[in-house]
Amino acid sequence: MGFERFVFYVFAVILVYAAARVITVRNPVHAVLHLVLAFFTCAGLWLLLEAEFLAITLVLVYVGAVMVLFLFVVMMLDINVSPLREGFVKYLPMGFVVALLIFAEMFMVLGVKNFGAQAVAIPERHGADYSNTREIGNVLYTDYVYPFEIASVILLVAIIAAIALTMRRRPDTRSQDPVAQVAVRREDRVRLVKMKTEEKSG
Amino acid sequence: MTFAPLATEIFLLSMACIILIVDVFLRDERRVLSYALAQLTLLAGALISWSMLGNETQVVLHGTFVSDPMAALLKTSILLVTVGVFMYSRSYLVERDIFRGEFYVLGLFAVLGMLVLVSAHSLLTIYLGLELLSLSLYALVAFQRDSAAASEAAMKYFVLGALASGMLLYGISMLYGATGSLDIGEVAEAIALPGEQGIILVFALCFIVVGLAFKFGAVPFHMWVPDVYHGAPTPVTLFIGSAPKIAAFAMAMRLLTEALGGLYGSWQDMLTILAVLSLVIGNVIAIAQTNIKRMLAYSTIAHVGFLLLGLLAGTTEGFSASMFYAITYALMAIGGFGMVILLSRAGFEADRLDDFKGLNDRSPWFAFMMLILMLSMAGVPPTVGFYAKLAVLQAVIHVDMVWLAVVAVFFSIIGAFYYIRIVKLMYFDAPEGDAPLAVSPDMQIAMSLNGLAVLTLGIFPGGLMAVCNAVLS
Repeated sequence: MGFERFVFYVFAVILVYAAARVITVRNPVHAVLHLVLAFFTCAGLWLLLEAEFLAITLVLVYVGAVMVLFLFVVMMLDINVSPLREGFVKYLPMGFVVALLIFAEMFMVLGVKNFGAQAVAIPERHGADYSNTREIGNVLYTDYVYPFEIASVILLVAIIAAIALTMRRRPDTRSQDPVAQVAVRREDRVRLVKMKTEEKSG
Repeated sequence: MTFAPLATEIFLLSMACIILIVDVFLRDERRVLSYALAQLTLLAGALISWSMLGNETQVVLHGTFVSDPMAALLKTSILLVTVGVFMYSRSYLVERDIFRGEFYVLGLFAVLGMLVLVSAHSLLTIYLGLELLSLSLYALVAFQRDSAAASEAAMKYFVLGALASGMLLYGISMLYGATGSLDIGEVAEAIALPGEQGIILVFALCFIVVGLAFKFGAVPFHMWVPDVYHGAPTPVTLFIGSAPKIAAFAMAMRLLTEALGGLYGSWQDMLTILAVLSLVIGNVIAIAQTNIKRMLAYSTIAHVGFLLLGLLAGTTEGFSASMFYAITYALMAIGGFGMVILLSRAGFEADRLDDFKGLNDRSPWFAFMMLILMLSMAGVPPTVGFYAKLAVLQAVIHVDMVWLAVVAVFFSIIGAFYYIRIVKLMYFDAPEGDAPLAVSPDMQIAMSLNGLAVLTLGIFPGGLMAVCNAVLS
């Protein structure tokens, strides 16, 4: 128990630090990297909760795919950070007060008194042969099939929206047309001009 | 397990996918086929859900989906209102060269999200339905890519919407922590049990009410409404301002009365504050607007105040009055924004109040339709707006909150000013330009039907009111 608690606090401290850095660092690339760190430590916490499958999925999907893509995008963009931060100091005190208030309320309500070991029974530990991947698989397509299907429709909407908003045919873009290239004939490219041979001067 | 109760949703999803594929193979001049298919889908869907009106309440798919008379009625109205939205939007889209199949596909997906929301019986389904609706709407707002205002509006809507969804989700997660279930029925049972979870439940309720108020656009969570209504292309404004209000009403019913009915005392106070603020801010700030889209946005906020009044009464009478209000408001809203589209033409947006000057000289019939719509929004008999307001006020008075009714009446009298101002501009001022009104036939039919429906429902409100009462009892 002692070591587990130690690991929890290590992960928790790193997670909070990384999350805070995401919104305070100046360089967007650093922010993304801190977010990656946050996801990693979060996955560690989920492992402590015995949610192995979700922890691995978090690393695979978010760190492996989403954040890498994000990093590409951020690196491609030439963002000038200073204008984005103009109002930061002005709104800081107000934001700080609101954040502090919400934090205090949450601390009081969600603290040990209401969600501690006295209020909620400590879940039992499962044996080494327990597979929570199987458990998730069992309910995902049965009990939760309707939410699952809606989630897939949401992804479809995301695809349609992304294509509808970004794909356009602009007349000024230069692109190759392979069909036209292959179908080209000699007459289209070469023009034979008959000219009189010129007399040698002089 | 039976899929019959989901017939409307399944039909709509299949048709949306079919239209998506068909549209790829269409050339631009045949694009109208996508439009026709979308309209047929909506009409058929409305028929299907109307046929379910008499069915018993059924909870299927492991408690995530409920089919009850309320859902059937609200679904039918959402689908029919969207038919109106699409009818108004066609010529606008064609003139601005954004008449593309994606508009209708995204619109249908938004409708699907609303249907999911209306029939949700689990907190998870509510959240997913809401996201499906919101994501489609964000994309629709940004649909006119060349318009900087639209992109800005979409960005604001997206960021604030994501924040509100986060709030709602946080509330839901706390509710789950306190009750141990996502099923609305089980949550209600857990709340009814005596226990010491009260403070957590109220805390969760706060977040849920914030999320709801944002989706409604109630003050003080209304900041996005004017900007988004103003910046979005008018057909999208028309859409956002109408059908989603019905869906938001359903969401409030599912969350507040069905799941959190045990906390009525707490949410009544919260809704009272929201309602009074919405009535005050909406009606007063609308007076200062010179842009009709912004004016109608503030008018929406004021109407949401009325809608919340019926909800906070907490009686069946109040809920049915509120439902009547949501449905009839959607009808008025599509008419009001539809008129903005009707007066616009290629390269010209008729979104200033001055563009309504002398409409009577240009077209007496449409001026008359606008007159009916404005009087209805102001709540003047014999239009339906009067009856909707009356029903809500009666419900509030019956629970002994007379002061609230007095506040509501006082501010709707103030609100009447800006509706009547449009009537004055139309009938007593000289037109600014003499450009002829070019109105496509489907637009003429839609506008005439819309205006007459508002008038007819105002003279004979009994039928719809009886249905609203019947589905709730």
